[in-house]
Amino acid sequence: MIRVENLHKHFGGFHAVDGATLEIAKGSITGLIGPNGAGKTTLFNVIAGRLPPTSGRVLMEGEDITGLPPHDLFHKGVLRTFQIAHEFGSMTCRENLMMVPAGQSGERLWNAWFNRARVAEEEARLRAKADEVLEFLTISHLADERAANISGGQKKLLELGRTMMVDARIVFLDEVGAGVNRTLLNTIADAIVRLNRERGYTFCVIEHDMDFIGRLCDPVIVMAEGKVLAQGPADAIMQNEAVIEAYLGRGLKNKAAAHG
Amino acid sequence: MDIINALVVFANFVFVPGLAYGAQLALGALGVTLVYGILRFSNFAHGDTMAFGTMAAILVTRGLQAMGISFGPLPTALIALPFAIAATAALVLATDRGIYRFYRKVRAAPVILVIVSMGVMFVMNALTRFIIGVDEINFADGGRFIIAAREFKELTGLAEGLAIRTTQVITVVTAAVAVGLLFWFLGNTRTGKSMRAYSDNEDLALLSGINPERVVAVTWIIVAALATTAGVLYGLDKSFKAFTYFQLLLPIFAAAIVGGLGSPLGAIAGGFLIAFSEVTVTYAWKRVLGYLLPADLAPEGLVQLMSTDYKFAVSFAILVIVLLFRPTGLFRGKSV
Ligand SMILES: Nc1ncnc2c1ncn2[C@@H]1O[C@H](COP(=O)(O)OP(=O)(O)OP(=O)(O)O)[C@@H](O)[C@H]1O
Ligand SMILES: [Mg+2]
Repeated sequence: MIRVENLHKHFGGFHAVDGATLEIAKGSITGLIGPNGAGKTTLFNVIAGRLPPTSGRVLMEGEDITGLPPHDLFHKGVLRTFQIAHEFGSMTCRENLMMVPAGQSGERLWNAWFNRARVAEEEARLRAKADEVLEFLTISHLADERAANISGGQKKLLELGRTMMVDARIVFLDEVGAGVNRTLLNTIADAIVRLNRERGYTFCVIEHDMDFIGRLCDPVIVMAEGKVLAQGPADAIMQNEAVIEAYLGRGLKNKAAAHG
Repeated sequence: MDIINALVVFANFVFVPGLAYGAQLALGALGVTLVYGILRFSNFAHGDTMAFGTMAAILVTRGLQAMGISFGPLPTALIALPFAIAATAALVLATDRGIYRFYRKVRAAPVILVIVSMGVMFVMNALTRFIIGVDEINFADGGRFIIAAREFKELTGLAEGLAIRTTQVITVVTAAVAVGLLFWFLGNTRTGKSMRAYSDNEDLALLSGINPERVVAVTWIIVAALATTAGVLYGLDKSFKAFTYFQLLLPIFAAAIVGGLGSPLGAIAGGFLIAFSEVTVTYAWKRVLGYLLPADLAPEGLVQLMSTDYKFAVSFAILVIVLLFRPTGLFRGKSV
Protein backbone atom coordinates (compact mmCIF):
# COMPACT_ATOMS: atom_id res chain seq x y z
CA MET A 1 0.00 0.00 0.00
CA ILE A 2 2.58 2.52 1.17
CA ARG A 3 6.25 2.14 0.50
CA VAL A 4 8.79 4.51 2.01
CA GLU A 5 12.18 4.45 0.34
CA ASN A 6 15.32 5.73 1.99
CA LEU A 7 13.56 8.70 3.52
CA HIS A 8 15.56 11.47 5.19
CA LYS A 9 14.28 14.43 7.14
CA HIS A 10 16.89 16.74 8.59
CA PHE A 11 16.32 19.73 10.83
CA GLY A 12 19.51 21.69 10.37
CA GLY A 13 22.22 19.18 11.23
CA PHE A 14 19.84 16.92 13.12
CA HIS A 15 18.67 13.79 11.30
CA ALA A 16 15.18 13.19 12.70
CA VAL A 17 14.48 10.58 10.04
CA ASP A 18 17.69 9.07 8.78
CA GLY A 19 17.19 6.83 5.79
CA ALA A 20 14.00 4.98 6.71
CA THR A 21 12.79 2.26 4.35
CA LEU A 22 9.58 0.47 5.20
CA GLU A 23 6.41 -1.02 3.81
CA ILE A 24 2.84 -0.89 5.01
CA ALA A 25 0.86 -3.79 3.60
CA LYS A 26 -2.63 -3.22 2.26
CA GLY A 27 -5.32 -4.21 4.75
CA SER A 28 -2.90 -4.45 7.67
CA ILE A 29 -2.86 -2.72 11.01
CA THR A 30 0.82 -1.93 11.17
CA GLY A 31 2.32 -0.82 14.46
CA LEU A 32 5.10 1.77 14.63
CA ILE A 33 7.02 1.80 17.88
CA GLY A 34 10.23 3.30 19.14
CA PRO A 35 11.63 5.41 21.96
CA ASN A 36 10.74 9.09 22.40
CA GLY A 37 12.38 11.17 19.73
CA ALA A 38 12.89 8.21 17.42
CA GLY A 39 11.39 10.18 14.54
CA LYS A 40 8.00 8.45 14.34
CA THR A 41 5.90 11.62 14.27
CA THR A 42 8.33 13.23 11.86
CA LEU A 43 7.97 10.22 9.57
CA PHE A 44 4.17 10.68 9.66
CA ASN A 45 4.55 14.38 8.98
CA VAL A 46 6.60 13.68 5.89
CA ILE A 47 4.36 10.90 4.57
CA ALA A 48 1.21 12.97 5.15
CA GLY A 49 2.64 15.99 3.35
CA ARG A 50 2.98 18.31 6.31
CA LEU A 51 6.77 18.50 5.99
CA PRO A 52 8.79 18.17 2.80
CA PRO A 53 11.38 15.37 2.96
CA THR A 54 15.06 16.17 2.72
CA SER A 55 15.38 13.22 0.37
CA GLY A 56 13.75 9.90 -0.40
CA ARG A 57 10.43 8.80 -1.80
CA VAL A 58 6.97 7.83 -0.64
CA LEU A 59 4.94 5.57 -2.92
CA MET A 60 1.31 4.65 -2.64
CA GLU A 61 0.46 1.58 -4.68
CA GLY A 62 3.31 2.39 -6.99
CA GLU A 63 2.36 6.06 -7.41
CA ASP A 64 4.86 8.64 -6.20
CA ILE A 65 3.11 10.80 -3.60
CA THR A 66 6.24 12.39 -2.12
CA GLY A 67 5.63 15.95 -0.97
CA LEU A 68 2.01 16.16 -2.10
CA PRO A 69 0.12 18.70 0.02
CA PRO A 70 -2.18 17.27 2.73
CA HIS A 71 -5.40 18.30 0.99
CA ASP A 72 -4.42 16.40 -2.15
CA LEU A 73 -3.53 13.36 -0.07
CA PHE A 74 -6.90 13.63 1.65
CA HIS A 75 -8.61 13.24 -1.69
CA LYS A 76 -6.47 10.17 -2.33
CA GLY A 77 -7.75 8.67 0.91
CA VAL A 78 -4.69 9.33 3.08
CA LEU A 79 -5.71 10.55 6.55
CA ARG A 80 -3.93 11.08 9.82
CA THR A 81 -4.44 12.17 13.39
CA PHE A 82 -2.10 14.36 15.40
CA GLN A 83 -0.18 13.32 18.48
CA ILE A 84 -1.31 16.55 20.09
CA ALA A 85 -4.97 16.64 19.15
CA HIS A 86 -6.04 19.40 16.80
CA GLU A 87 -9.54 20.78 16.59
CA PHE A 88 -11.54 23.64 15.12
CA GLY A 89 -11.91 25.39 18.45
CA SER A 90 -14.68 27.79 17.53
CA MET A 91 -16.95 25.06 16.21
CA THR A 92 -18.95 22.42 18.01
CA CYS A 93 -17.82 18.79 17.98
CA ARG A 94 -20.53 17.95 15.47
CA GLU A 95 -19.46 20.80 13.20
CA ASN A 96 -15.87 19.61 13.53
CA LEU A 97 -16.83 16.28 12.06
CA MET A 98 -19.08 17.85 9.46
CA MET A 99 -16.12 19.87 8.16
CA VAL A 100 -14.34 16.76 7.02
CA PRO A 101 -15.82 15.62 3.75
CA ALA A 102 -14.86 18.74 1.87
CA GLY A 103 -15.59 19.33 -1.77
CA GLN A 104 -19.35 18.99 -2.02
CA SER A 105 -22.03 20.97 -3.74
CA GLY A 106 -22.23 23.58 -0.97
CA GLU A 107 -18.72 24.56 -2.00
CA ARG A 108 -20.09 26.28 -5.04
CA LEU A 109 -21.65 29.59 -4.16
CA TRP A 110 -24.04 29.03 -7.01
CA ASN A 111 -25.44 25.93 -5.37
CA ALA A 112 -25.61 27.58 -1.98
CA TRP A 113 -27.95 30.18 -3.43
CA PHE A 114 -29.92 28.33 -6.06
CA ASN A 115 -29.72 24.67 -5.21
CA ARG A 116 -30.58 24.86 -1.59
CA ALA A 117 -32.57 21.66 -1.53
CA ARG A 118 -29.56 19.61 -2.57
CA VAL A 119 -27.25 21.40 -0.16
CA ALA A 120 -29.73 20.94 2.66
CA GLU A 121 -30.06 17.27 1.90
CA GLU A 122 -26.29 16.82 1.95
CA GLU A 123 -26.07 18.74 5.21
CA ALA A 124 -28.68 16.47 6.73
CA ARG A 125 -26.82 13.39 5.59
CA LEU A 126 -23.54 14.73 6.96
CA ARG A 127 -25.19 15.59 10.21
CA ALA A 128 -26.65 12.12 10.60
CA LYS A 129 -23.26 10.64 9.82
CA ALA A 130 -21.53 12.90 12.34
CA ASP A 131 -24.05 11.95 15.02
CA GLU A 132 -23.50 8.29 14.24
CA VAL A 133 -19.74 8.69 14.64
CA LEU A 134 -20.16 10.60 17.91
CA GLU A 135 -22.45 7.86 19.17
CA PHE A 136 -19.93 5.21 18.19
CA LEU A 137 -17.20 7.03 20.11
CA THR A 138 -19.50 7.42 23.13
CA ILE A 139 -19.32 11.22 23.02
CA SER A 140 -22.81 12.03 21.76
CA HIS A 141 -23.37 14.31 24.73
CA LEU A 142 -20.60 16.57 23.44
CA ALA A 143 -22.15 17.11 20.01
CA ASP A 144 -23.07 20.74 20.67
CA GLU A 145 -20.10 21.56 22.88
CA ARG A 146 -17.42 23.86 21.47
CA ALA A 147 -14.45 21.68 20.59
CA ALA A 148 -12.07 24.06 22.36
CA ASN A 149 -13.73 23.18 25.67
CA ILE A 150 -13.58 19.38 25.63
CA SER A 151 -10.89 17.38 27.45
CA GLY A 152 -7.66 16.16 25.92
CA GLY A 153 -8.82 12.55 25.76
CA GLN A 154 -12.10 13.59 24.18
CA LYS A 155 -10.19 15.57 21.57
CA LYS A 156 -8.31 12.37 20.74
CA LEU A 157 -11.61 10.63 20.14
CA LEU A 158 -12.77 13.49 17.96
CA GLU A 159 -9.56 13.10 15.95
CA LEU A 160 -10.34 9.45 15.39
CA GLY A 161 -13.90 10.41 14.52
CA ARG A 162 -12.65 12.59 11.67
CA THR A 163 -11.14 9.59 9.97
CA MET A 164 -14.49 7.81 10.13
CA MET A 165 -16.38 10.53 8.28
CA VAL A 166 -15.06 9.55 4.87
CA ASP A 167 -13.95 6.35 3.21
CA ALA A 168 -10.28 6.51 3.89
CA ARG A 169 -7.82 4.08 2.39
CA ILE A 170 -5.02 4.49 4.85
CA VAL A 171 -5.09 6.15 8.23
CA PHE A 172 -2.04 7.16 10.25
CA LEU A 173 -2.82 7.30 13.96
CA ASP A 174 -0.30 9.11 16.14
CA GLU A 175 -0.81 7.90 19.70
CA VAL A 176 -4.60 8.01 19.63
CA GLY A 177 -4.61 6.11 22.91
CA ALA A 178 -2.40 8.50 24.88
CA GLY A 179 -4.31 10.20 27.64
CA VAL A 180 -7.40 8.10 27.08
CA ASN A 181 -8.69 5.86 29.89
CA ARG A 182 -8.70 2.07 29.71
CA THR A 183 -12.34 1.56 28.76
CA LEU A 184 -12.13 4.13 26.02
CA LEU A 185 -8.88 2.59 24.86
CA ASN A 186 -10.77 -0.65 24.31
CA THR A 187 -13.45 1.25 22.42
CA ILE A 188 -10.79 2.76 20.21
CA ALA A 189 -9.14 -0.61 19.61
CA ASP A 190 -12.52 -2.09 18.66
CA ALA A 191 -13.19 0.83 16.34
CA ILE A 192 -9.87 0.32 14.60
CA VAL A 193 -10.47 -3.39 14.12
CA ARG A 194 -13.98 -2.82 12.80
CA LEU A 195 -12.90 -0.10 10.37
CA ASN A 196 -10.16 -2.42 9.21
CA ARG A 197 -12.42 -5.44 8.68
CA GLU A 198 -15.66 -3.84 7.59
CA ARG A 199 -14.47 -0.87 5.62
CA GLY A 200 -11.08 -2.10 4.54
CA TYR A 201 -9.05 0.72 6.11
CA THR A 202 -5.33 0.15 6.29
CA PHE A 203 -3.83 1.51 9.51
CA CYS A 204 -0.44 2.60 10.67
CA VAL A 205 -0.48 3.11 14.41
CA ILE A 206 2.11 4.81 16.62
CA GLU A 207 1.66 3.75 20.21
CA HIS A 208 3.78 3.40 23.34
CA ASP A 209 1.36 1.03 25.07
CA MET A 210 2.78 -2.40 24.25
CA ASP A 211 -0.43 -4.19 25.26
CA PHE A 212 -2.33 -2.15 22.74
CA ILE A 213 0.27 -2.83 20.04
CA GLY A 214 0.48 -6.52 20.86
CA ARG A 215 -3.29 -6.93 20.72
CA LEU A 216 -3.90 -4.92 17.60
CA CYS A 217 -0.92 -4.75 15.34
CA ASP A 218 0.70 -7.12 12.95
CA PRO A 219 3.27 -6.49 11.62
CA VAL A 220 5.25 -4.09 13.79
CA ILE A 221 7.94 -1.64 12.71
CA VAL A 222 10.53 -0.44 15.20
CA MET A 223 12.30 2.89 14.81
CA ALA A 224 15.22 4.26 16.76
CA GLU A 225 17.29 7.37 16.09
CA GLY A 226 15.61 7.99 12.77
CA LYS A 227 16.31 4.54 11.40
CA VAL A 228 14.16 1.48 11.01
CA LEU A 229 15.59 -1.03 13.44
CA ALA A 230 13.37 -3.97 12.59
CA GLN A 231 10.09 -4.83 10.95
CA GLY A 232 8.19 -8.07 11.00
CA PRO A 233 5.49 -10.09 12.72
CA ALA A 234 4.60 -8.82 16.20
CA ASP A 235 5.82 -11.93 18.07
CA ALA A 236 9.19 -11.94 16.39
CA ILE A 237 9.67 -8.24 17.06
CA MET A 238 8.95 -8.59 20.76
CA GLN A 239 11.69 -11.24 20.94
CA ASN A 240 14.20 -9.33 18.85
CA GLU A 241 17.41 -8.65 20.78
CA ALA A 242 18.12 -5.28 19.20
CA VAL A 243 14.60 -4.07 19.82
CA ILE A 244 14.69 -5.07 23.43
CA GLU A 245 17.99 -3.32 23.79
CA ALA A 246 16.81 -0.11 22.20
CA TYR A 247 13.30 0.16 23.40
CA LEU A 248 11.80 -2.41 25.68
CA GLY A 249 14.64 -2.04 28.12
CA ARG A 250 16.79 -4.24 30.29
CA GLY A 251 14.01 -5.33 32.62
CA LEU A 252 12.08 -6.88 29.83
CA LYS A 253 15.18 -8.44 28.40
CA ASN A 254 15.86 -10.15 31.68
CA LYS A 255 12.27 -11.28 31.84
CA ALA A 256 12.49 -12.58 28.31
CA ALA A 257 15.72 -14.37 29.22
CA ALA A 258 14.09 -15.90 32.28
CA HIS A 259 11.24 -17.14 30.11
CA GLY A 260 13.56 -18.40 27.44
CA MET B 1 -38.32 71.48 24.62
CA ASP B 2 -34.75 72.14 25.66
CA ILE B 3 -34.13 68.45 26.12
CA ILE B 4 -35.47 67.67 22.67
CA ASN B 5 -33.35 70.43 21.18
CA ALA B 6 -30.32 69.01 22.96
CA LEU B 7 -31.13 65.57 21.56
CA VAL B 8 -31.46 66.96 18.05
CA VAL B 9 -28.10 68.70 18.29
CA PHE B 10 -26.60 65.51 19.63
CA ALA B 11 -28.10 63.43 16.84
CA ASN B 12 -27.04 65.93 14.22
CA PHE B 13 -23.41 66.33 15.27
CA VAL B 14 -22.58 63.14 17.12
CA PHE B 15 -24.93 60.24 16.54
CA VAL B 16 -25.55 60.38 12.78
CA PRO B 17 -21.96 61.21 11.77
CA GLY B 18 -20.65 58.65 14.27
CA LEU B 19 -22.95 55.98 12.89
CA ALA B 20 -21.83 56.60 9.30
CA TYR B 21 -18.15 56.80 10.23
CA GLY B 22 -18.52 53.70 12.40
CA ALA B 23 -20.01 51.76 9.49
CA GLN B 24 -17.07 52.78 7.29
CA LEU B 25 -14.53 51.76 9.91
CA ALA B 26 -16.37 48.50 10.57
CA LEU B 27 -16.20 47.54 6.89
CA GLY B 28 -12.51 48.45 6.78
CA ALA B 29 -11.78 46.52 9.97
CA LEU B 30 -13.64 43.48 8.65
CA GLY B 31 -11.21 43.33 5.74
CA VAL B 32 -8.21 43.62 8.03
CA THR B 33 -9.55 40.99 10.39
CA LEU B 34 -10.27 38.52 7.58
CA VAL B 35 -6.75 38.80 6.21
CA TYR B 36 -5.41 38.34 9.71
CA GLY B 37 -7.62 35.34 10.40
CA ILE B 38 -6.93 33.49 7.17
CA LEU B 39 -3.54 34.70 5.92
CA ARG B 40 -2.23 35.42 9.41
CA PHE B 41 -0.67 38.83 8.96
CA SER B 42 -1.61 42.45 9.49
CA ASN B 43 -2.17 43.88 6.04
CA PHE B 44 -0.78 47.40 5.96
CA ALA B 45 -1.80 47.73 2.35
CA HIS B 46 -5.48 47.66 3.32
CA GLY B 47 -5.91 51.44 3.40
CA ASP B 48 -4.44 51.73 -0.05
CA THR B 49 -6.54 48.82 -1.29
CA MET B 50 -9.49 50.98 -0.24
CA ALA B 51 -7.98 53.93 -2.07
CA PHE B 52 -7.45 51.89 -5.22
CA GLY B 53 -11.02 50.57 -5.11
CA THR B 54 -12.39 54.07 -4.63
CA MET B 55 -10.32 55.35 -7.50
CA ALA B 56 -11.68 52.60 -9.73
CA ALA B 57 -15.20 53.54 -8.66
CA ILE B 58 -14.55 57.20 -9.46
CA LEU B 59 -13.23 56.36 -12.91
CA VAL B 60 -16.22 54.14 -13.69
CA THR B 61 -18.56 56.81 -12.29
CA ARG B 62 -17.04 59.37 -14.65
CA GLY B 63 -17.50 56.94 -17.53
CA LEU B 64 -21.13 56.35 -16.60
CA GLN B 65 -21.76 60.07 -16.24
CA ALA B 66 -20.22 60.66 -19.64
CA MET B 67 -22.64 58.14 -21.07
CA GLY B 68 -25.47 59.99 -19.37
CA ILE B 69 -26.26 57.19 -16.94
CA SER B 70 -27.31 58.20 -13.44
CA PHE B 71 -28.95 56.55 -10.47
CA GLY B 72 -31.65 59.13 -9.83
CA PRO B 73 -31.36 60.57 -6.34
CA LEU B 74 -28.66 58.03 -5.43
CA PRO B 75 -24.99 58.52 -6.26
CA THR B 76 -23.84 57.03 -9.57
CA ALA B 77 -20.90 55.53 -7.68
CA LEU B 78 -23.24 52.81 -6.39
CA ILE B 79 -23.67 51.52 -9.95
CA ALA B 80 -19.91 51.73 -10.39
CA LEU B 81 -19.27 49.77 -7.18
CA PRO B 82 -19.48 46.23 -8.61
CA PHE B 83 -17.06 47.14 -11.42
CA ALA B 84 -14.68 48.74 -8.95
CA ILE B 85 -14.85 45.63 -6.76
CA ALA B 86 -13.98 43.45 -9.74
CA ALA B 87 -10.99 45.66 -10.59
CA THR B 88 -9.77 45.65 -6.99
CA ALA B 89 -10.25 41.89 -6.70
CA ALA B 90 -8.15 41.45 -9.83
CA LEU B 91 -5.43 43.65 -8.35
CA VAL B 92 -5.26 41.88 -4.97
CA LEU B 93 -5.42 38.44 -6.57
CA ALA B 94 -2.54 39.40 -8.84
CA THR B 95 -0.65 40.74 -5.81
CA ASP B 96 -1.25 37.48 -4.02
CA ARG B 97 -0.08 35.43 -6.98
CA GLY B 98 2.97 37.54 -7.59
CA ILE B 99 4.03 38.33 -4.05
CA TYR B 100 2.28 36.81 -1.04
CA ARG B 101 2.11 33.30 -2.42
CA PHE B 102 5.86 33.04 -2.51
CA TYR B 103 6.08 33.92 1.19
CA ARG B 104 3.36 31.41 2.03
CA LYS B 105 5.29 28.72 0.23
CA VAL B 106 8.44 29.33 2.20
CA ARG B 107 6.33 29.61 5.35
CA ALA B 108 7.60 33.09 6.12
CA ALA B 109 7.04 34.45 9.62
CA PRO B 110 4.07 36.83 9.99
CA VAL B 111 6.36 39.77 10.68
CA ILE B 112 7.94 39.29 7.27
CA LEU B 113 4.54 39.33 5.63
CA VAL B 114 3.75 42.55 7.47
CA ILE B 115 6.83 44.17 6.01
CA VAL B 116 5.97 42.78 2.58
CA SER B 117 2.50 44.29 2.88
CA MET B 118 4.12 47.66 3.61
CA GLY B 119 5.95 47.38 0.33
CA VAL B 120 2.69 46.52 -1.39
CA MET B 121 1.15 49.53 0.33
CA PHE B 122 3.69 51.92 -1.18
CA VAL B 123 3.27 50.46 -4.63
CA MET B 124 -0.53 50.56 -4.48
CA ASN B 125 -0.50 54.11 -3.19
CA ALA B 126 1.84 55.19 -5.96
CA LEU B 127 -0.33 53.43 -8.51
CA THR B 128 -3.43 55.25 -7.29
CA ARG B 129 -1.70 58.63 -7.29
CA PHE B 130 -0.22 57.96 -10.69
CA ILE B 131 -3.59 57.17 -12.21
CA ILE B 132 -5.85 59.73 -10.56
CA GLY B 133 -3.54 62.32 -8.99
CA VAL B 134 -3.35 63.68 -5.47
CA ASP B 135 -6.13 66.27 -5.56
CA GLU B 136 -9.28 66.16 -3.54
CA ILE B 137 -12.15 64.73 -5.57
CA ASN B 138 -15.84 64.98 -4.82
CA PHE B 139 -17.78 62.33 -6.63
CA ALA B 140 -21.05 62.27 -4.71
CA ASP B 141 -23.88 63.18 -7.06
CA GLY B 142 -27.65 62.70 -6.75
CA GLY B 143 -29.66 64.22 -3.91
CA ARG B 144 -27.58 65.73 -1.12
CA PHE B 145 -30.02 65.52 1.76
CA ILE B 146 -32.76 63.22 2.87
CA ILE B 147 -33.72 65.77 5.49
CA ALA B 148 -32.13 69.21 5.38
CA ALA B 149 -31.73 71.17 8.61
CA ARG B 150 -34.11 73.92 7.49
CA GLU B 151 -36.85 71.46 6.46
CA PHE B 152 -36.51 69.73 9.78
CA LYS B 153 -36.91 73.00 11.66
CA GLU B 154 -39.99 73.98 9.67
CA LEU B 155 -41.48 70.51 10.10
CA THR B 156 -40.98 70.27 13.82
CA GLY B 157 -40.89 73.90 14.87
CA LEU B 158 -37.77 73.22 16.91
CA ALA B 159 -34.96 75.73 17.24
CA GLU B 160 -32.37 73.16 16.16
CA GLY B 161 -32.21 71.39 12.84
CA LEU B 162 -31.31 67.81 12.02
CA ALA B 163 -29.68 67.19 8.67
CA ILE B 164 -29.39 63.67 7.34
CA ARG B 165 -27.33 63.40 4.21
CA THR B 166 -28.10 60.84 1.53
CA THR B 167 -24.56 59.52 1.76
CA GLN B 168 -24.94 58.85 5.47
CA VAL B 169 -28.04 56.74 4.96
CA ILE B 170 -26.48 54.95 2.01
CA THR B 171 -23.39 54.25 4.09
CA VAL B 172 -25.32 52.65 6.90
CA VAL B 173 -27.65 50.68 4.62
CA THR B 174 -24.87 49.44 2.32
CA ALA B 175 -22.70 48.50 5.27
CA ALA B 176 -25.58 46.58 6.83
CA VAL B 177 -26.20 44.71 3.58
CA ALA B 178 -22.50 43.92 3.15
CA VAL B 179 -22.17 42.67 6.72
CA GLY B 180 -25.36 40.60 6.35
CA LEU B 181 -24.02 38.97 3.19
CA LEU B 182 -20.65 38.30 4.78
CA PHE B 183 -22.14 36.62 7.84
CA TRP B 184 -24.54 34.61 5.72
CA PHE B 185 -21.58 33.49 3.64
CA LEU B 186 -19.37 32.58 6.59
CA GLY B 187 -22.13 30.83 8.46
CA ASN B 188 -24.09 29.04 5.77
CA THR B 189 -21.94 28.15 2.83
CA ARG B 190 -19.48 25.35 2.79
CA THR B 191 -16.78 27.72 1.50
CA GLY B 192 -17.49 30.13 4.33
CA LYS B 193 -17.22 27.32 6.83
CA SER B 194 -13.97 26.19 5.21
CA MET B 195 -12.67 29.71 5.78
CA ARG B 196 -13.62 29.56 9.44
CA ALA B 197 -12.04 26.14 9.73
CA TYR B 198 -8.87 27.36 8.04
CA SER B 199 -8.74 30.33 10.38
CA ASP B 200 -9.22 28.06 13.41
CA ASN B 201 -6.61 25.47 12.53
CA GLU B 202 -4.74 25.49 9.26
CA ASP B 203 -3.17 22.04 9.61
CA LEU B 204 -6.45 20.38 10.37
CA ALA B 205 -8.24 22.22 7.57
CA LEU B 206 -5.72 20.87 5.07
CA LEU B 207 -6.22 17.40 6.47
CA SER B 208 -9.93 17.79 5.93
CA GLY B 209 -9.27 18.23 2.24
CA ILE B 210 -9.73 22.00 2.20
CA ASN B 211 -7.71 23.53 -0.62
CA PRO B 212 -5.73 26.39 0.93
CA GLU B 213 -5.18 28.28 -2.32
CA ARG B 214 -8.91 28.37 -2.90
CA VAL B 215 -9.62 29.62 0.62
CA VAL B 216 -6.97 32.31 0.18
CA ALA B 217 -8.35 33.39 -3.20
CA VAL B 218 -11.92 33.62 -1.90
CA THR B 219 -10.66 35.60 1.09
CA TRP B 220 -8.90 38.13 -1.14
CA ILE B 221 -12.02 38.58 -3.26
CA ILE B 222 -14.13 39.24 -0.15
CA VAL B 223 -11.47 41.56 1.22
CA ALA B 224 -11.43 43.47 -2.07
CA ALA B 225 -15.22 43.81 -1.95
CA LEU B 226 -15.18 45.03 1.65
CA ALA B 227 -12.29 47.43 1.09
CA THR B 228 -13.79 48.94 -2.05
CA THR B 229 -17.19 49.33 -0.43
CA ALA B 230 -15.68 50.93 2.66
CA GLY B 231 -13.54 53.23 0.54
CA VAL B 232 -16.36 54.33 -1.72
CA LEU B 233 -18.69 54.98 1.22
CA TYR B 234 -16.03 57.01 2.99
CA GLY B 235 -15.28 58.93 -0.19
CA LEU B 236 -18.97 59.66 -0.78
CA ASP B 237 -19.44 60.78 2.81
CA LYS B 238 -16.33 62.98 2.95
CA SER B 239 -14.28 63.20 -0.24
CA PHE B 240 -11.57 61.24 -1.99
CA LYS B 241 -7.91 61.99 -1.58
CA ALA B 242 -5.24 59.40 -2.22
CA PHE B 243 -3.48 60.09 1.09
CA THR B 244 -6.46 60.11 3.45
CA TYR B 245 -6.95 56.38 3.10
CA PHE B 246 -3.48 55.75 4.34
CA GLN B 247 -4.37 57.75 7.44
CA LEU B 248 -7.47 55.64 7.97
CA LEU B 249 -5.18 52.69 8.62
CA LEU B 250 -4.80 53.65 12.28
CA PRO B 251 -8.49 53.81 13.25
CA ILE B 252 -9.19 50.71 11.15
CA PHE B 253 -6.47 48.68 12.82
CA ALA B 254 -7.51 50.06 16.18
CA ALA B 255 -11.07 48.87 15.46
CA ALA B 256 -9.94 45.41 14.39
CA ILE B 257 -7.60 44.98 17.35
CA VAL B 258 -10.02 46.39 19.90
CA GLY B 259 -12.67 43.98 18.65
CA GLY B 260 -10.23 41.08 18.60
CA LEU B 261 -8.18 40.34 15.48
CA GLY B 262 -9.71 37.53 13.48
CA SER B 263 -13.20 38.09 14.89
CA PRO B 264 -15.66 39.56 12.35
CA LEU B 265 -18.16 40.49 15.05
CA GLY B 266 -15.38 42.18 16.97
CA ALA B 267 -14.38 44.23 13.92
CA ILE B 268 -17.88 45.67 13.70
CA ALA B 269 -18.11 46.44 17.41
CA GLY B 270 -14.61 47.91 17.29
CA GLY B 271 -15.48 50.09 14.30
CA PHE B 272 -18.39 51.73 16.08
CA LEU B 273 -16.53 52.01 19.36
CA ILE B 274 -13.63 53.84 17.73
CA ALA B 275 -15.90 56.03 15.60
CA PHE B 276 -18.10 57.15 18.47
CA SER B 277 -15.14 57.72 20.76
CA GLU B 278 -13.47 59.85 18.13
CA VAL B 279 -16.57 61.89 17.46
CA THR B 280 -17.58 62.41 21.10
CA VAL B 281 -14.09 63.34 22.23
CA THR B 282 -13.56 65.87 19.47
CA TYR B 283 -17.06 67.36 19.52
CA ALA B 284 -17.67 70.74 21.15
CA TRP B 285 -20.47 70.06 23.62
CA LYS B 286 -21.24 73.73 24.31
CA ARG B 287 -24.57 73.76 22.51
CA VAL B 288 -25.86 70.47 23.89
CA LEU B 289 -24.94 71.53 27.42
CA GLY B 290 -26.39 74.98 26.82
CA TYR B 291 -29.79 73.34 26.41
CA LEU B 292 -29.44 70.91 29.26
CA LEU B 293 -27.96 73.06 32.02
CA PRO B 294 -29.66 75.98 33.75
CA ALA B 295 -28.77 79.31 32.15
CA ASP B 296 -26.30 80.38 34.85
CA LEU B 297 -24.38 77.12 34.54
CA ALA B 298 -24.11 77.26 30.77
CA PRO B 299 -20.49 76.70 29.75
CA GLU B 300 -18.44 79.57 28.43
CA GLY B 301 -15.90 77.52 26.52
CA LEU B 302 -16.48 75.00 23.74
CA VAL B 303 -16.36 71.97 26.07
CA GLN B 304 -14.31 70.12 23.51
CA LEU B 305 -12.08 67.48 25.07
CA MET B 306 -9.67 67.42 22.18
CA SER B 307 -9.22 69.39 19.02
CA THR B 308 -10.21 67.52 15.85
CA ASP B 309 -6.59 67.71 14.76
CA TYR B 310 -5.88 65.09 17.39
CA LYS B 311 -8.67 62.71 16.46
CA PHE B 312 -6.25 59.92 15.59
CA ALA B 313 -4.87 60.12 19.10
CA VAL B 314 -8.22 58.77 20.28
CA SER B 315 -7.81 55.55 18.29
CA PHE B 316 -4.31 55.28 19.56
CA ALA B 317 -5.28 55.76 23.20
CA ILE B 318 -8.08 53.17 22.98
CA LEU B 319 -5.71 50.77 21.26
CA VAL B 320 -3.13 51.10 24.03
CA ILE B 321 -5.72 50.69 26.76
CA VAL B 322 -7.18 47.55 25.21
CA LEU B 323 -3.78 46.02 24.54
CA LEU B 324 -2.84 46.63 28.17
CA PHE B 325 -5.94 45.15 29.74
CA ARG B 326 -7.30 42.68 27.22
CA PRO B 327 -4.72 41.85 24.55
CA THR B 328 -7.06 39.52 22.68
CA GLY B 329 -9.64 42.27 22.21
CA LEU B 330 -13.25 42.48 23.29
CA PHE B 331 -14.34 39.42 21.32
CA ARG B 332 -11.31 37.26 22.07
CA GLY B 333 -9.59 37.20 18.73
CA LYS B 334 -6.17 35.72 18.27
CA SER B 335 -3.74 37.52 20.55
CA VAL B 336 -1.40 39.95 18.90
N1 LIG C 1 10.17 20.94 13.48
C1 LIG C 1 11.24 20.43 14.09
N2 LIG C 1 12.37 21.16 14.19
C2 LIG C 1 13.47 20.65 14.79
N3 LIG C 1 13.54 19.42 15.34
C3 LIG C 1 12.45 18.65 15.28
C4 LIG C 1 11.23 19.12 14.66
N4 LIG C 1 10.31 18.14 14.75
C5 LIG C 1 10.91 17.13 15.40
N5 LIG C 1 12.18 17.42 15.72
C6 LIG C 1 13.13 16.55 16.40
O1 LIG C 1 13.13 15.33 15.75
C7 LIG C 1 13.22 14.27 16.69
C8 LIG C 1 12.15 13.25 16.43
O2 LIG C 1 10.91 13.79 16.83
P1 LIG C 1 9.55 13.02 16.65
O3 LIG C 1 8.48 13.92 17.10
O4 LIG C 1 9.45 12.51 15.29
O5 LIG C 1 9.72 11.82 17.68
P2 LIG C 1 8.69 10.68 18.04
O6 LIG C 1 9.32 9.42 17.64
O7 LIG C 1 7.36 10.99 17.51
O8 LIG C 1 8.71 10.79 19.63
P3 LIG C 1 7.52 10.62 20.69
O9 LIG C 1 7.37 9.17 20.92
O10 LIG C 1 8.03 11.32 21.89
O11 LIG C 1 6.31 11.27 20.11
C9 LIG C 1 13.17 14.89 18.07
O12 LIG C 1 14.46 14.90 18.61
C10 LIG C 1 12.68 16.28 17.81
O13 LIG C 1 13.26 17.18 18.71
MG1 LIG D 1 5.56 11.43 18.27
